[in-house]
Amino acid sequence: MSAPTVSPSEGQLRRAASALRHDPLALTGAAVLVLLVVVGVAGPWLAPSGINDVDVDRMLQAPSWAHPFGTDELGRDVLSRVMVAARVSLQVGAVSVGIALLAGVTLGLFAGYYRGWVDNLLMRCMDVLFAFPVLLLAVAIVAVLGPGLLTAMIAIGVVYTPIFARVTRAGVLSVREQVFVRAAVSIGASDLRIMRRHVLPNIAAPLIVQTSLSLAFAILSEAALSFLGLGVQPPAPAWGRMLYDGRGFVTDAWWLGVFPGAAIFCTVLAFNLVGDALRDVLDPRQLTVNEARRSTG
Amino acid sequence: MARFVIRRLLQSCVVLLGVTLVVFLLLQLVPGDPVRVALGTRFDPQTYEALRARAGLDQPLVVQYFDYLRRALTGDLGVSFRSGRPVTAIVLERLPATLSLAVTAVLFALVIALPLGIVSAMRSGSFVDHAARVFSQFGVSVPDFWMGIMGILLFAGVLGWLPPSGYVALTEDPARWASHVALPAATVGLVTASILTRFIRSSMLEVLSEDYVRTAEAKGLRTRVVVLRHVLRNALIPVVTVVAVQLASLLGGVIVIEVLFAWPGIGRLTFDAVQARDYPVLQGAVLLVAALFLLVNLLVDILYARLDPRITVK
Amino acid sequence: MSDAVLAVSGLTVTIGTRRGPARAVAGVDWSVQAGQTLALVGESGSGKSMSVLAATGLAPRAARVTGSVRLLGSDFTALPADRRRRMRGRHVGFVFQDPMTSLNPVLSVGRQVAEAGEEHLGLTRRAARTRAIELLDLVGIPSAAQRVDAYPHQFSGGMRQRVVIAMALACEPDLLIADEPTTALDVTTQAQIVELVADLQQRLGTAVVWITHDLGVVAGIADTVAVMYAGRIVEQGPVEAVFDRPGHPYTSALLAARPEPGAGGGDLVTIAGAPPSPHDLPAGCAFWPRCPVRGDARCEHELPPLVPVAGAHHVRTFYPQRPDGEGR
Repeated sequence: MSAPTVSPSEGQLRRAASALRHDPLALTGAAVLVLLVVVGVAGPWLAPSGINDVDVDRMLQAPSWAHPFGTDELGRDVLSRVMVAARVSLQVGAVSVGIALLAGVTLGLFAGYYRGWVDNLLMRCMDVLFAFPVLLLAVAIVAVLGPGLLTAMIAIGVVYTPIFARVTRAGVLSVREQVFVRAAVSIGASDLRIMRRHVLPNIAAPLIVQTSLSLAFAILSEAALSFLGLGVQPPAPAWGRMLYDGRGFVTDAWWLGVFPGAAIFCTVLAFNLVGDALRDVLDPRQLTVNEARRSTG
Repeated sequence: MARFVIRRLLQSCVVLLGVTLVVFLLLQLVPGDPVRVALGTRFDPQTYEALRARAGLDQPLVVQYFDYLRRALTGDLGVSFRSGRPVTAIVLERLPATLSLAVTAVLFALVIALPLGIVSAMRSGSFVDHAARVFSQFGVSVPDFWMGIMGILLFAGVLGWLPPSGYVALTEDPARWASHVALPAATVGLVTASILTRFIRSSMLEVLSEDYVRTAEAKGLRTRVVVLRHVLRNALIPVVTVVAVQLASLLGGVIVIEVLFAWPGIGRLTFDAVQARDYPVLQGAVLLVAALFLLVNLLVDILYARLDPRITVK
Repeated sequence: MSDAVLAVSGLTVTIGTRRGPARAVAGVDWSVQAGQTLALVGESGSGKSMSVLAATGLAPRAARVTGSVRLLGSDFTALPADRRRRMRGRHVGFVFQDPMTSLNPVLSVGRQVAEAGEEHLGLTRRAARTRAIELLDLVGIPSAAQRVDAYPHQFSGGMRQRVVIAMALACEPDLLIADEPTTALDVTTQAQIVELVADLQQRLGTAVVWITHDLGVVAGIADTVAVMYAGRIVEQGPVEAVFDRPGHPYTSALLAARPEPGAGGGDLVTIAGAPPSPHDLPAGCAFWPRCPVRGDARCEHELPPLVPVAGAHHVRTFYPQRPDGEGR
């Protein structure tokens, strides 16, 4: 391979890493994420009591030393349920963004690389998906496929695919004309090889930023879906669902409303802080597409 | 200008066609027989056959789609599997509730975001700027329904100032409408405001660094005139788009908020349709919302061209 | 020089940047009299624009300005911000480099020309509009009465610069500051704009500070010249003296680098090397590393003073070029 495999993003990544080390907000966000992953993996073992230990004798107890987050209407320990539910949120976030990333990047690569009618067809399809409010489309997809963990992940993945496709396509269009790509074309490297070795590394920066911000939005969407009863099904705990179940008791038992919501907020905030810091370093001019499209629903 | 409008109109029509296809295919994705699923325990052969025939499910797929499209164009979106009433009527009667909530929320958001975004850009690095950044980071990270629950907890529970949920039509009793809309609109509005604040701030900062702002200062204009006439006019043009996109997506029904506050709008209708597996109503609601969304975007582009003289000529 | 419209002395501008303070202007004295033209000449980054922006209160927020500025006899730097603002536009008009970006794209040109009159002369909107048409006509916009409502993008670059000049002259200022007004234009248009300004200056008796890197323009219009290098004036004096008997090797090099009019595509002489960074100015003569003369160690370590060579002609060097015109 005589064409230089220039990959500016490598240097960028190193700069990003060092910039993040000096940004207190990003560090806090990263620390929260590490804690979440630990809780997500080891939650069932760390939790002080079983998530489904129903006990009618201790219904709706206010926070105490025995139950720091109180108990719910069935006497279950809220802290334990919040801890175990972390796994669901992280899992849905990771898998759905993974789906969106894989599908979006593939579509965007093809659209940007081949252009012409392929580009036109694919991007018009993305326009169609963009015409639906985010949460409404997710709700509709889950509704027809049937509620559950897997369908929620698919629905959120589909909803966030167009953003990744657009970001990728824009990156490909600008990279495609650069000298090292044309050099690779001229020595007869295959399309797939060029995309993998030359194009993809050069659009990594905006994709990394988009991924971390999308994780935040995906977790919010998951919370909204499970609030509507369309996410993981009971008795498995999910933050959104806990809020839905507790909403009727909230004026008497504030802890049912406060803690699961605070867990969602902290998780989303942590992803946003890290994502914003990454964007400032890697891609300062990127349009905040998904901010304008955040699912208010 | 006319050519620009026509081109945008055609583009929107193509996308709308795609939208109808997606909405149509939704029903095909239902595992098993949607009518049987929808009827559930209420199953009886006569209703079943009638609904199937009315939904055209005994036809080949392509015929079904063109049939659907033809009827949708005449405003016929089928009948509810549950009540047997026309979907169009069911969806349209929910529009006023959603519309009044969405518009109130956007107005509320603008009241907060405009001054906050402008001041934080003009006094970049000041206390207001930092406060605005904290606020917008809070707003994009907080789940709106959680904020709604906290609002109920505070204003309906602790303080007892506002009703926790429910709806009164604006035309029926404006004062009671206002007391009911306050909490949901503030909840949605705060999230929207945080997005707008960020956007207004960055748009302002961009314009403030333009050469023509220095030209205006060199003319010796008062700061107020420079900001109002030269900075704001240019900075707010892109903001108009974002406001409209926000409004459009709120028109799409703030599902979770409408469910939380028992607000009988499109979002609540969608939720009920999902619960009842009333697929024609779900399809109708989704289609109407997407069409509204496209329409608002089209209008915004035309408005944009009116606001920015550079586009008119091209 | 009591009749100077604008006089600065000891003007220093330090800009706080991420890499530390940068001294953009390091103690500059110049002045311009009514009806006269002062040309400030230098490469980009020499501090020529910054000295004028700082003198008129338009320096960026991060800049720290010291020294004295007298505008129309008053101590400009001591005035409250609001008084300074009211002198801009009313007594000082500005023409900036790029007419493509210095006009507001969403306001009609008429509005932009009219607003200074509304602000400073108390004209009504209608009167200001009539005045705008007169001004557009004055600067040679054809059918000004129709074009007054057009938007900047509907004009060519040269016509836009005429609009900017009309804006600057709206209140018949005592001083016009032209910051490289022809750099962004093509050669024919450049000549037209230079001619226009010279003509208007004669008719209105305005003093002009013309900032440029193009010595060719200077010869035709300036009365006095100040050549700047790395934030300092290296040579100043009457235009004939500086052109005929340049005393500083930098001026000589600039003159030699000037393309001969009509010579077509001849070889351009360039000055080797680059100016020093404003973050790290040398202790001695800033031009020393690029200097063809290179007198001795004194040049490297000691700042040469600005000394008179003949009359008002001053040069900042230990080794002035011989005054018999050898530099040409």
